[in-house]
Amino acid sequence: MTARVGVVTFPGSLDDGDAARAVRIAGAEPVRLWHGDPDLHGVDAVVLPGGFSYGDYLRCGAIARFAPVMETLVDAARGGLPVLGICNGFQILCEAHLLPGALTRNQHLHFRNRDQVLRIETVATAWTNAFQPGQEVLIPVKNGEGCYVADAATLDQLEAEGRVVARYVGGNPNGSQRDIAAITNSAGNVVGIMPHPEHAVEALTGPSLDGLGFFTSVLKHLVGAPA
Amino acid sequence: MPRVVVDVMLKPEILDPQGQAVANALPRLGVNDVASVRIGRRIEIEFTGEPDLDRAREIADKLLANPVIEDFTVRVVEADDTADARS
Repeated sequence: MTARVGVVTFPGSLDDGDAARAVRIAGAEPVRLWHGDPDLHGVDAVVLPGGFSYGDYLRCGAIARFAPVMETLVDAARGGLPVLGICNGFQILCEAHLLPGALTRNQHLHFRNRDQVLRIETVATAWTNAFQPGQEVLIPVKNGEGCYVADAATLDQLEAEGRVVARYVGGNPNGSQRDIAAITNSAGNVVGIMPHPEHAVEALTGPSLDGLGFFTSVLKHLVGAPA
Repeated sequence: MPRVVVDVMLKPEILDPQGQAVANALPRLGVNDVASVRIGRRIEIEFTGEPDLDRAREIADKLLANPVIEDFTVRVVEADDTADARS
């Protein structure tokens, strides 16, 4: 049976199409979900894509957190549903308190857009099990508010529990504390990542195919998960 | 009509790059005696009835501020209280 992976579209989402294509290239069936519809339509996993949900007018992800789909998604994520938040999706996961910390303006205040090397720090998540521990991958990053911050106790806890999923290598594009590019919740089913794996799944449009590993990971995870 | 003013500021330990950029620009205006600048956000709320500080505090906590990185204060001001705007 083909896994069904939902991709939520918020007003202002702009990478939902790429996320859905990445899901399809990885071998799953993308299911388009709408921010105003609380029904998850029986999907096996969900991607919150990049973009500028609700215009990011107040604060990135702050308003999207209260979208009808999020009310349902927060409960499902706490129940173990795999959820990947990319860029704006990462910001939404933090605002929804599914992940600790917050994303703030890049330290240098510039929008940063480049191909970025990441080191995968843990493969014990639903979204990174297809990688090797310590594997370096090349994935585009493009953000203005990608600087990950949390208090020292939270950062120490993330490190101690192996919940730093990926770190920037060869330069930190936004000033994120401890070079953090991606983190996970304690159960490992919810991952937030600032760079864009969905933009690195095809030779024509991406710098590598490394992003595909995130999407094939969740398929592997779902096969192993009890029905 | 009285309104509730919510002031949101980044917590002191959180880097404020916007404030820092302004502080760094001040010497170009000939201002050399400023130690630091921090930039926040002011939100004015008008209730249809009486101003409700408790509801405003709840709104601020849930939506206007991110308590992980920001502090906020709420207070009631009179609409004709222009001293607030001038000071």
